[in-house]
Amino acid sequence: MTSAHDHRGADVNYQEVQARADFRELRRTHRSFAFPMTVFFLLWYLTYVVLGSFFPQLFTIKVIGNVNLGVLYGLSNFVVVFGITAIYVWYTNARMDPKSKAIREELEAAGVGLPEEVKA
Amino acid sequence: MSTWTISTRSAAGELPVASAEATLSTDVGSPWVNLGIFALFVVVTLYFVIRASRTTKTSADFYAGGRGFSGTQNGTAIAGDYLSAASFLGVIGAVAVYGYDGFLYAVGFLVAWLLALLLVAELMRNTGKFTMADVLSFRLRQRPVRIAAAITTLAVCVFYLLPQMAGAGGLVALLIGVDSWAGQALVIAVVGALMIVYVFIGGMKGTTFVQIIKATLLILGSAVMTIWVLALFGFNFSGLLGDAATNHPDGEAILGPGLQYGADAFTRLDFVSLGFALVLGTAALPHVLIRFYTVPTAKDARKSVVVAIALIGAFYLFTLVLGYGAAALLDHETILAAPGGQNAAAPLLAYELGGTLLLGVISAVAFATILAVVAGLTITASASFAHDVYGQVIKKGQLDEKGEMRAGKITVVVVGILAILGGIGAQGQNVAFLVALAFAIAASANLPTILYSLFWKRFTTRGALWSMYGGLISALVLIAFSPVVWGRPTSFFPEGSLDLYPLTNPGLVSIPLAFFLGWLGSVTSKVAEDPAKQAEMEIRSLTGVGAEKAVDH
Repeated sequence: MTSAHDHRGADVNYQEVQARADFRELRRTHRSFAFPMTVFFLLWYLTYVVLGSFFPQLFTIKVIGNVNLGVLYGLSNFVVVFGITAIYVWYTNARMDPKSKAIREELEAAGVGLPEEVKA
Repeated sequence: MSTWTISTRSAAGELPVASAEATLSTDVGSPWVNLGIFALFVVVTLYFVIRASRTTKTSADFYAGGRGFSGTQNGTAIAGDYLSAASFLGVIGAVAVYGYDGFLYAVGFLVAWLLALLLVAELMRNTGKFTMADVLSFRLRQRPVRIAAAITTLAVCVFYLLPQMAGAGGLVALLIGVDSWAGQALVIAVVGALMIVYVFIGGMKGTTFVQIIKATLLILGSAVMTIWVLALFGFNFSGLLGDAATNHPDGEAILGPGLQYGADAFTRLDFVSLGFALVLGTAALPHVLIRFYTVPTAKDARKSVVVAIALIGAFYLFTLVLGYGAAALLDHETILAAPGGQNAAAPLLAYELGGTLLLGVISAVAFATILAVVAGLTITASASFAHDVYGQVIKKGQLDEKGEMRAGKITVVVVGILAILGGIGAQGQNVAFLVALAFAIAASANLPTILYSLFWKRFTTRGALWSMYGGLISALVLIAFSPVVWGRPTSFFPEGSLDLYPLTNPGLVSIPLAFFLGWLGSVTSKVAEDPAKQAEMEIRSLTGVGAEKAVDH
């Protein structure tokens, strides 16, 4: 097994790091949030587009005054976007960043990612 | 189709256009006020661009602004890059004329940002240097993948750039009463020349300042107008909708979908295809991706997207109010008869509210919008050609910092001149569809490869090439045999009947096809990719170890 040669000077076996439990945990933390959220917002939006295009009469049902179901569904997309963004920021700060920081600092301490040359 | 009608030719007939132009340029606003405010914008931005040039010494300065912008600055610049004239004039106009369908169109532009936030921005920042191709070729075979990524990048930039440039001519007809071909051509040349100066002198730093100033003006301007409109209706949105319906010849129909996209099953499917392309294309637009390299860390890239989402979201909420406001306060026929047709709704509304001065501000903002967007596209095209094609492929990475920057500056001038010529040539042609095509190409040629190379271990060079070329070529072939080109009054060949593909947007077919080809190419590859490189990329993307650092001056 040859170790991957990092172009910035340190020999680190990335495959060994990749197989470690703490890295697998970091990857799982990211994907278990990002993948389901992506599926959710895509479905929410595509349902909106398909309903609006093919069942327009559904959107014209009035709810509050002249504000109909279409306007509310449209605005719900804004709520979804702002909501997922807020949760993601909280999630990454609380769950992702400490884990990625630990691995990054460990690798940097081993000499990975340091500038290869002194800037002129 | 969506986006904005540029040609005066495609507006409702020649005669009424000519007479309305006379009315607008004599009665509505003062061309000198409009020009004066725009000139002020140019002077202020030029100051920042020249200041930025003093600290632009390396290629990291020129292409990535030294990676020294804060997340908030970059997020504002992203909003400035993204909110094109199609968003500002186009969406407000579409809501004013077609009602709900304009809103339906606008929603996709915002939702798309979640993809950038969740899957793309931070990981791309951690693994790239200047361009999308840096990431895509990270663990695959450099040369072929980089060339393919540069080709798709240039294709998206050109298709996005042309309608912006041609649009500058149409905007002038609307705002300063210049309606001759030569006059509009001159304006396109002036906009192009200004853009070349900005990017040549200021590089990515200069471009970023232009975009920040433009985004601030655009969002503040529309916020003021939105509050003004709402105040006129006693902050009763339902009342605003009611008045819009009463004032519009289609009445209550404008409160529901269908007026623009609802003609038949094909136009409906066409809209679904457009929505698909918008929501999947945004996170793969090269001029958006390149902005993630202007911040020091992945955390700042995240902050950039959060700020961009807040600004872009607020902006599209404003367009909903402004569009229905225009429908309620303006005469429907006046909008349609104005030069530029529905694109005139926003400027006319500004004049109705705040007279000559507000019209002047909004006109200048519209100009600034085009200028900032073309500057962003030009630096992206320049980075892609100079860094990817010239630096990495032709010179095989042996180009030094100075050489790479020189190549970039030469490319800026060449791209700028081509954009001016292309814009003048495209003037009066129906090129609005190109913006939607650019999104469709980004979603088919770029997105699958971005996602596969970040998340799928067994992705290979063959998969990347099949997906990128397959996505690009299928999108182009479908559009070549679509009603955009054949058999409709607005087509290039109205008499022809080669419209074998019934939709005007290729996304519905080309995006799934490109994902499929990426998978098929990978599983049929006989050569496996280097697992160590894949491990390195995955670790770097998630931890930021070894990521490009900010330039220290």
